[in-house]
Amino acid sequence: MATLKLTDIRKSYGNAYVIKGVDLEIEDGEFTVFVGPSGCGKSTLLRMISGLEDITAGTLEIDGQRVNDLPPKERGIAMVFQSYAIFPHMTVRENVAFGLTIAGASKAEKEEKVAEAARVLQMEHLLDRRPSQLSGGQRQRVAIGRAIVRKPKVFLFDEPLSNLDAALRMDMRMEIGKLHKHLNATMVYVTHDQVEAMTLADKIVVLKDGKVMQVGTPMELFHEPANRFVAGFLGAPSMNFLEVSVDARDGREARVSNAALEPLAVAHKGRIDGQPHAVLGIRPQHVSATEPGRGLLHGTVNLSERLGTETVVDMTLKDGTKFIAAFDEDRIFEPGEAIDLEFDPARAHLFAADDDPAAPH
Amino acid sequence: MSSKLTRSNRAGWLFALPGFSLLFLFIIVPFFFAFWLSLTNQRLVSPNPTEFVGLKNYADLLSVSVLTLEPERDEAGEIRRDDDGAIAYPRVRSITRSDEFPQYRGMREWFRWHWGDKAKVVIASDVVFMKALVNTLTFALFIVPLQGGGALLLALLINQKLRGINAFRTIYFMPVVISIVVISLLWRFIYSGNEGLLNNILEALTFGAFTPVDWLGSTDTALGSIIAMSAWQAVGFHMVIWLAGLQTISPTLYEAAAIEGASKWQTFRYVTWPGLRNTAVLVLIVITMQSFAVFAQIDVMTNGGPLDSTQTLVFQTVERGYGKQDISGGATISVILFLMVLMISAVQAFLTRERN
Repeated sequence: MATLKLTDIRKSYGNAYVIKGVDLEIEDGEFTVFVGPSGCGKSTLLRMISGLEDITAGTLEIDGQRVNDLPPKERGIAMVFQSYAIFPHMTVRENVAFGLTIAGASKAEKEEKVAEAARVLQMEHLLDRRPSQLSGGQRQRVAIGRAIVRKPKVFLFDEPLSNLDAALRMDMRMEIGKLHKHLNATMVYVTHDQVEAMTLADKIVVLKDGKVMQVGTPMELFHEPANRFVAGFLGAPSMNFLEVSVDARDGREARVSNAALEPLAVAHKGRIDGQPHAVLGIRPQHVSATEPGRGLLHGTVNLSERLGTETVVDMTLKDGTKFIAAFDEDRIFEPGEAIDLEFDPARAHLFAADDDPAAPH
Repeated sequence: MSSKLTRSNRAGWLFALPGFSLLFLFIIVPFFFAFWLSLTNQRLVSPNPTEFVGLKNYADLLSVSVLTLEPERDEAGEIRRDDDGAIAYPRVRSITRSDEFPQYRGMREWFRWHWGDKAKVVIASDVVFMKALVNTLTFALFIVPLQGGGALLLALLINQKLRGINAFRTIYFMPVVISIVVISLLWRFIYSGNEGLLNNILEALTFGAFTPVDWLGSTDTALGSIIAMSAWQAVGFHMVIWLAGLQTISPTLYEAAAIEGASKWQTFRYVTWPGLRNTAVLVLIVITMQSFAVFAQIDVMTNGGPLDSTQTLVFQTVERGYGKQDISGGATISVILFLMVLMISAVQAFLTRERN
């Protein structure tokens, strides 16, 4: 059990900075997920916490102790890799006990701890098999077993489910969630999959180009995205963005409109100081269809996908922008059909037109 | 057009024919020829017709017996000793040339040891062959660990991302590219007893305390010198094979081991070495087979001498077959060599098999 504190952590390869100053605090027992597109530096950041990568600048503290220069084994961490990294020539039992073997633990101690880990992960029947006889999910279970026998302070997961097929991924996701509840351990989890992030995390850290975009609970990030990137990254299908002109503005709200959008007032949260243009973000799920001529948004249907529980409509607005709408009902739309949408302005988000938080300050 | 060529069976065989017929003519035919020749008295050039002699050639090579010699005694029954006090024994040839023991006819002493007052003498019908056999086995016994182990060590060293590492790879591999004959000639200078490089270096290192040795001219050092030089020469080749094996081991396994806190030695023991299993089997078998075929070094450096101390099986094969024009004798040795290598490789394959 441990807390983790990152202060202005940086990483560069020569002149190329891949982590550009990350500040983050992780509480004891918290499940933190690093999420972001490929190349955003989330895996690098995790590997810096593990000690597999050097920290160029900044301070990393585990339980209040600076660990920048400690080798991985002295940091009290365990790591689960995307490619499982279990040793092919060892049985499951030997793999799970590996850390204990390295530390020179007695046979009895190994037996006991392996048995406990196997019970927690429900893989007692696999102990004498070799990795080649296991499925992907079972292999990842072995890797997790190897991590938990040592009772580390912090668990690190580097995209542990990315090599599994969709059905298995969901099972394992739930297992990892249960494991976290059971062990109540501090866990840091890297993924590019927003569903994993949303379902598992106590705290999500959204990264882009080596910088933190936003930190918060899944619902905070979903409902109150701090910028366009976070807004567009979380949620599927992703949020629609409309370029709008700002017609009027007071201390709380701004009145915006464009060729396809009826004028309306949206809370601006201080993001659009005196700029004539802004970007309005609307989630596909937050609109509903209405009679032509009566809604806030006007457009025509290009294509609709009926999924049974919902209908996803790809449409073009009157000003030529693409818009995706998701209605939670099964309904038929014909291509070319004119369609009007209405939505609650309170659920729309207003961002500055030049909102690019990853740009250098 | 191309599809017809690649699909036609006849075209396939036609393309394979030149290569296949060369292999057939120079590898497969001689292989079976050797078996047949080893059962005859064929000579390279002879006016007499070839005769089938059965296993006589094998008997002539492999016959070995042990004689027990009683000490010579004087009239009083006392053991006779020479001036140095050594026990006097009857001469071996009093037995091998005697008509009383036709079974020992033509055999000569190979080596002897003492058993109380008695002497046990091992006699062989072909002592040179026996020496060649022992030398070849000794050669293989030393070369396999030296070359295999050395190559692994080098591979581990050069399997690092360091500046200029390619220069080292090239240097270590260079002896493999150079002809073994050239290398043998160079090493003859290095090993020379008068002004050889090795003697000079050893003298310099010991400030003149070292007495120069004629490395290739002494029965004690000749085989060892050839072993050392041979191990060095081909080490680069096996280094490359080990290196290929090392690079198949997933880097994540090393990371996992580092996370678990494995030391360098533990990482080697639990990650690297198990990951090299298949490579190890290959290297082991290849080095064994190559070392049983040692010839060029011997031919250039010592010609089997001094006093047959560097005779080897292949050298004997060539020596007999062409030097002495005894083709059937040479063929017999090559068949024996073939069976030995086959047996050893089979044992190695069995011992290193995948266990589940």
